[in-house]
Amino acid sequence: MDRKVIFKGRALPMLLLLPQLAVTLVFFIWPAAMAVWQSLLQEDAFGLSSTFVGLENFADVLADPAWRGAAANTAVFASSVAVLALGVALFLAVQADKAIRGQRFYRTMLIWPYAVAPAISAVLWLFLFHPSIGLIGRALNAAGVLWDYQLNGSQAMLLVVIASAWKQVSYNFIFFLAGLQSIPKSVLEAAAIDGARPLRRFWTVVFPLLSPTTFFLLVVNLVYAFFDTFGVIHALTKGGPGKATETLIYKVYVDGVDNLNLGSSAAQSVLLMVFVIALTVVQFRFVERRVHY
Amino acid sequence: MATLNLSAITKSFGATTVLHGIDLAVADGEMIVIVGASGCGKSTLLRIVAGLEAPTTGHVAIGGREVTRLEPADRDIAMVFQNYALYPHMTVAQNMAYGLKIRGTPKDEIARRVAETAGLLGIGPLLARKPRELSGGQRQRVAMGRAIIREPKLFLFDEPLSNLDAKLRVQMRGEIRRLQQRLGVTSLYVTHDQVEAMTLGDRLVVMHQGRAAQVASPMEVWSRPADTYVAGFIGSPAMNLLAGTLAEGGTAVQLKAGPLLRFTDGPRAGGDGRPLTIGVRPEHMLRDGEAIVTVALDLVEPLGSETVLHGMLSSGEVLTARLPGMVPAVGSAMPLAIPAEALHVFDAESGRRLDA
Ligand SMILES: Nc1ncnc2c1ncn2[C@@H]1O[C@H](COP(=O)(O)OP(=O)(O)O)[C@@H](O)[C@H]1O
Ligand SMILES: [Mg+2]
Repeated sequence: MDRKVIFKGRALPMLLLLPQLAVTLVFFIWPAAMAVWQSLLQEDAFGLSSTFVGLENFADVLADPAWRGAAANTAVFASSVAVLALGVALFLAVQADKAIRGQRFYRTMLIWPYAVAPAISAVLWLFLFHPSIGLIGRALNAAGVLWDYQLNGSQAMLLVVIASAWKQVSYNFIFFLAGLQSIPKSVLEAAAIDGARPLRRFWTVVFPLLSPTTFFLLVVNLVYAFFDTFGVIHALTKGGPGKATETLIYKVYVDGVDNLNLGSSAAQSVLLMVFVIALTVVQFRFVERRVHY
Repeated sequence: MATLNLSAITKSFGATTVLHGIDLAVADGEMIVIVGASGCGKSTLLRIVAGLEAPTTGHVAIGGREVTRLEPADRDIAMVFQNYALYPHMTVAQNMAYGLKIRGTPKDEIARRVAETAGLLGIGPLLARKPRELSGGQRQRVAMGRAIIREPKLFLFDEPLSNLDAKLRVQMRGEIRRLQQRLGVTSLYVTHDQVEAMTLGDRLVVMHQGRAAQVASPMEVWSRPADTYVAGFIGSPAMNLLAGTLAEGGTAVQLKAGPLLRFTDGPRAGGDGRPLTIGVRPEHMLRDGEAIVTVALDLVEPLGSETVLHGMLSSGEVLTARLPGMVPAVGSAMPLAIPAEALHVFDAESGRRLDA
């Protein structure tokens, strides 16, 4: 079913493309270009004048121990979020795939988190894990675990990881479930007859067949953890305690908006942009090369 | 190598019963073909033997060992699927080695057996390829190889040739039979194709709506079909089935189409007037004889050495005849003879065969 629409002339297609191009231009290309330009400038302390400094901002950022700390936080944070979100989603998808009857129910239940705004989901987790008002937080303290993510950096990291991963599970789940359902049932039956028990079947047949999906999701999850988790961190920990949960994207905000160090903030965001572009390139390369079963 | 025993197997999916009590005893090394129209429960029966489905009631025993509740992995069987079900991410060699690897077979022995099996099937040059790089016929061979290599007690085939083109199908059919005889492995082979069934099976199970209508050798099924369903299903063109009633004290049948035919093999039970269905194979019809019916021809198919005629009797029943040589054109009414010695007699109500 190839339903290609062929336009006569050029005016109409141009006109139809215009709104999207305009939006992209105004909300993406323009700010990105501004960021690149800004990253080459240095403002004076009062923000009244700026001078062109070339790549100095980048050199400063890369040498800054605070930035390196944030980078380390981000590495821990992003990989934890990706692993947790992928692992939980895969587990749930496998369960849902088994329980054919419950699928609709499962699917609906599991898609909800994706529709919840970051700040709201953060508040939800806050109600659960706050040391004095949170359900689980109080229970932990009552059980003798010293739980206070406002004081303990590791606990704070754990909390933002859980809250961020939770939101991504639904997205991953959908893809994993679709991936699982595209594996022919007879292939799994053949493996069962060949003598493979369920766990073995999973690791030697199901998981390899899901690997294109898994890789795609890994990149999506990393990008999510890098860029889309600002709201969760802002609402839960504000990068604290100390700088324990300050990720790169959060530091861009702190340096740019709180500290008004626009040059450095812009340089940091350009670095992030380069990183995500690199990830996307890897992704496309891989997807192209990768077989589709 | 082993025997297979099915006793009183039934299977229901929710409210619908798909199998109504199947009994079958398969001898060691025997090839049984389960044949029947689509949806009659063939695959379901095979999957119950494989352990992919559990029977609602009844028992499965392989080699005298009760396996009804065992996992497929514990039954020591191999299965060839209609869509081959090869592992898409593994090479041909890995596909074949998978089952051996799971059983902990030593590496060098796996390599030896893969090479040996590949040689047997002529797929040696394909060992490093992935399934998607193979043609349908090659995939079929790999699927066979994966089944053979494990030297299982029982082979199960679920319409393994139905995705191949006609020529390849005939070739693979012969190959499967040769392999099965050479390896001597007890086999269950499911098909809806009667030619496959006739040529492959030591015995056939003709299934109809979840029941075994007849279990017998191909020749027996062809020459003494157990009921009108089997009679119409096996044989091509299909057997003519004509209405009639028992006459002359059970020694003859009065056909609705006219003639009275005397049984050559003895009288049937039941009083005169008992409704019967009389079967005559198209190839047994004659140009000349005692019991003549007049056929209004509506289609003549010349096949060279023989001609297939389709037409209608005065009773409104359709009749097909296969006659040797060339036969004159359409439109004409043609007299044909029904040979009394080639009759199959069935009870009209139950459809069961009535023997003398
Ligand atoms: N898992 C199932 N759930 C419900 N009905 C099924 C299932 N599997 C098979 N059936 C039904 O059982 C009947 C027999 O199916 P099957 O054994 O596949 O037939 P065949 O292989 O002879 O074509 C069909 O009517 C089919 O719809
Ligand atoms: Mg079937």
